[in-house]
Amino acid sequence: MISLAYPFDEKTVRALHAGDGVSISGPLHTGRDKFHKWFADGKPLGIDLRDGALYHCGPVVVREGGVWRVVAAGPTTSIREEPYEAALIRECGVRLVIGKGGMGEATRAALAECGAVYIQAVGGAAAIYAATVRSVEGVDFLDEFGAAEACWHFTVEDFRGVVAMDSHGASLF
Amino acid sequence: MDSREIAAALEELIVRTSSSLPEDVEEALARARANAAADSSAALVLQTILDNIALARRLGTPLCQDTGTLAFYIGDALRGVVTPALVREAVAAATARGALRKNCIDSIDGTSYDSNCAAGAPVVHYVEGGGRRVTLLLKGGGSENMSRQYSLPDAALGAGRDLAGVRAAILDAVSRAKGYGCAPGILGVCIGGDRATGFEVAKEQLLRPLGDAAQDPRLAALESDILESANALGIGPMGLGGAPTLLGVKLAARARLPASYFVTVAYMCWACRRRSIEL
Repeated sequence: MISLAYPFDEKTVRALHAGDGVSISGPLHTGRDKFHKWFADGKPLGIDLRDGALYHCGPVVVREGGVWRVVAAGPTTSIREEPYEAALIRECGVRLVIGKGGMGEATRAALAECGAVYIQAVGGAAAIYAATVRSVEGVDFLDEFGAAEACWHFTVEDFRGVVAMDSHGASLF
Repeated sequence: MDSREIAAALEELIVRTSSSLPEDVEEALARARANAAADSSAALVLQTILDNIALARRLGTPLCQDTGTLAFYIGDALRGVVTPALVREAVAAATARGALRKNCIDSIDGTSYDSNCAAGAPVVHYVEGGGRRVTLLLKGGGSENMSRQYSLPDAALGAGRDLAGVRAAILDAVSRAKGYGCAPGILGVCIGGDRATGFEVAKEQLLRPLGDAAQDPRLAALESDILESANALGIGPMGLGGAPTLLGVKLAARARLPASYFVTVAYMCWACRRRSIEL
């Protein structure tokens, strides 16, 4: 298991290879279908994703006593974001794309070009991943996208996955 | 039981179904974990799944964040007692508790029905001969997107109108789900019927326990053949290689028109959340 801590710099990420188990700690931003569409429409994201981690996830989050609590937060299927992900990696400098199921050729090329990786989280393991969330730093687009599609900003500790597409063109899929 | 008590029982059923996997599925996953090679991706994935199941049960929280389409199968003795209105009330209450994700989107304008209740949602079936039993099945979108319907003959698959063709179609569905439907999965299949009943009957097969076999010996033989063949494909847990690819295959057949020969595959992920209560 290789530990990765924010910021996820290019040198560290280039050293990863498909099949490596990783444990991620630091900020994690969720973004799925509506988030990617918003980006593709040329609208501002309002967050800095450079050297950061983007998680394809629609969590269950409840508000208790004025504090957000993450109840369930497993990955969603990544291939739906294939039309947008390569541009997002190039323009925003995302270093870790996390989801499930793998992505296509355009994303694979962008990962290689920019020195980023795609990490497979365990689909359905929502309680385990929710337990890695140390705090919810905020949320964007809650009203526009709804709770499942909103861009949540988590700080996670020991979030585990497997490098499924590396920055050298290798893919487990 | 008055309607208050029934609504409370339904709410409890929803919370338990969302947070706790049936015993047979959990046992099958535990067996798979025990058989996985040390330090393999399969072992890592299966162990994470088992840890997740235990944690969700302990906390009473959703074991998968996609709490899915809610399908209630209600015995016909409860018609007029367990009404769609009571079911909706329970769904809204369970959603407010965080046992279900706000998971119901208007298909025209994209807005969220925050109660998870809308026209046709949740799905409610009354089952002839179903007594006083209420069964709930939660099926997530990732697995639902991997369900398919084939129309035989299928030239691309080399699948004709016989059981060999049926087998080819089903194994094609397994291959196409690689990486997407969270493996190890479970298949519910309907051979024949029309397009609509095909999906209905295929999904109903997911209510069967993993240990049973189809009553028709020809279907029972095909179930074990497909299970074995799919597990030889090497797709493995979450598509990362190894075994198993499937935990179970459940087949049913319906009569068809001479012109039609549908094979309908309902793909269920490992998080096969089904649970029953008697009222």
